[in-house]
Amino acid sequence: MVGTKKVNTNKIKLPAGEHLGRGHLACAGCGAAIAMRLTLKALGERVIMVFPASCWSIIPGFWPYSSFRINAVHAGFVTGGATASGLRAALDVKGDNETLVAVWGGDGGTFDIGLQALSGAAERNEDFLYICNDNEGYMNTGTQRSSATPLMAWTTTTPVSQPKENPKKDMMAIMADHQIPYAATATIAYPEDLIRKMEKARSIRGTRFIHLLSPCPPGWRIPSEISVKISRLAVRSRVFPLYEIENGRRYTLQEEKRIVPVKEYLKLQGRFSHLSESQIEEIQKRVDEAWERLKRRVRC
Amino acid sequence: MKKVITGNQAVAYGVILSRVEVVSAYPITPQTTIVEELSELIANGRLQTRFLKVESEHSAMAALIGASTGGVRCFTATSSHGLAYMHEMLHWASGARLPIVMVNVNRAIGPPWNIWSDQSDSLSQRDTGWIQLYCENNQEVLDTILQAYRIAETVRLPVMVVLDAFVLSHTSEPVEIPSMEEAEAFLPPYCSPYPLDPQEPKSFSVITTPEYFFEFRYKIQKAMEEVPEVCQQVEEEFYSRFKRRYGAVEKYGDEQAEVLLLTSGTVTSTSRIVVKKWREEGVNIAGLKIKRFRPFPAKEIGEAIKGAKKLAVIDRNLSAGVGGIFAQELRAALYSQEERPAIFGFVSGLGGRDITPELLEEAIQYTLVHSQPKEEILWLGLKR
Repeated sequence: MVGTKKVNTNKIKLPAGEHLGRGHLACAGCGAAIAMRLTLKALGERVIMVFPASCWSIIPGFWPYSSFRINAVHAGFVTGGATASGLRAALDVKGDNETLVAVWGGDGGTFDIGLQALSGAAERNEDFLYICNDNEGYMNTGTQRSSATPLMAWTTTTPVSQPKENPKKDMMAIMADHQIPYAATATIAYPEDLIRKMEKARSIRGTRFIHLLSPCPPGWRIPSEISVKISRLAVRSRVFPLYEIENGRRYTLQEEKRIVPVKEYLKLQGRFSHLSESQIEEIQKRVDEAWERLKRRVRC
Repeated sequence: MKKVITGNQAVAYGVILSRVEVVSAYPITPQTTIVEELSELIANGRLQTRFLKVESEHSAMAALIGASTGGVRCFTATSSHGLAYMHEMLHWASGARLPIVMVNVNRAIGPPWNIWSDQSDSLSQRDTGWIQLYCENNQEVLDTILQAYRIAETVRLPVMVVLDAFVLSHTSEPVEIPSMEEAEAFLPPYCSPYPLDPQEPKSFSVITTPEYFFEFRYKIQKAMEEVPEVCQQVEEEFYSRFKRRYGAVEKYGDEQAEVLLLTSGTVTSTSRIVVKKWREEGVNIAGLKIKRFRPFPAKEIGEAIKGAKKLAVIDRNLSAGVGGIFAQELRAALYSQEERPAIFGFVSGLGGRDITPELLEEAIQYTLVHSQPKEEILWLGLKR
């Protein structure tokens, strides 16, 4: 199925509801805080959100305070997919078909330690929305590498003398191959796209997966005021294309016309400042290959 | 209605009669026939329960944590490695104060691989904040599950009901099965005091600083301290309806016995025969069955052993570096008593080796002829 669309840049009205209150503890410029605000606007108040360990175990605030105005269930690191399955079952038994069960996991809790529970739940097509807030590393513990950390990036466990040797895991492909009804990528520089995908995900039953790229100023070594810019450059450089996959087969690509070289994305980030020209070329080559692979999937 | 059923079938009947709303489980020998039986009953529409066939025991418990937070009555069963794999979530269930009931079929933990009875799996979870109840026969298994929900939902702590691999799990015995009406009258539907209402949003298991964390743990201890009285009340009500009771401990034999044989699980049934035989031969002896391991029934044991000079403890478990775990707990519990009987700590039957009447007689014989044990760990039935 062919499905290439232009990125929607028309101004849309954001839902008015605010379900993330003041006083949260996110770092200045935290991409995930913007993402959370937009997500909760899109999902509305009838949501129970499960939080396997991530920055969002801390950001809402310490007991007895919380900046959430939704029901929030904090859960073990590994358990996003499983805890949500159980919550969904409880609501089903009680006959509550309206409340959405959602999970907000980090890339560590999704790509790494929580992958088994998520895969199990997706294979069972459990009825929940899983949101992976990907900041490309264990940022809550001080920037260690995860399997979402990009190739050759610096982290505290991949120092510049030996930066990350392996490419980032293709989480979207893994989820698509579970043949779940809906999977999509989104990022904060495209709020209207993010909200549309959240609303669409909310309207579907079964396992839905949204992969959010959320810039992390301290972890990516960027100034706090350029989170949105970096988010936009991730899409324009095709490092993080915006697309949707329905039933594991039907790909829809939101093609960004203003393409920039990967270098434009990398050079603003301290975590890539050690890269040589040839290493940047290598990354560009891999990004181009990944783009072609994605285009083939869109076409077939 | 009386039926001849295995221990694992008794578990399934207990779950049905408790009207469990969500089951989540992963197969492991010797627990598997429980989940098979439940799957069959649910598939046939005889049980209106959601069964989550998860991909691991860790997820089985995590799913129940989600379900129980969602306000429904839930159940899982596991064994051995499965229980060990759940360990993190066992802490989570008690820390979140969720009234989950789980059956653990006692099985050794490898390596080497072994699927037979051994209490080392459940006893190595003793510090996770779960109530632990050990069963002697299939009737007790069924009855204890019904009671476990009452206890869990009253004190808001999870309960582990424990039975021996194969000796109970796969062995048939006659069991009196209460009717659904009788069960309902004893165990009313579960109603969570913390509903998830969007108009009144709540956050659960929120990060807590040193300023408050301590008090959360104190409250768990206080809830544990309520358990003996709650168990007693629940059991009295159970007795009034079903005419069966078990107690945290049960003493049988001479009331004033100087020598006591302490057992848990199915070994107790063997012990009953042996104690009876020795009494008939004129030996002043009694047996003490320990059903409740957590919270440890120090008070009940203290009363039961008044006047005893020697306690022979049979442990089908081993905490390497210390010995049998029941003996260890008993030593700690009795230390503050003025009169402390000598404790003979026998370790026997690991990995499912039979604890025969002959072995128990050997333990009694040793205890009778020695004023104090010659070794900290007395190995019973070990091939040297």
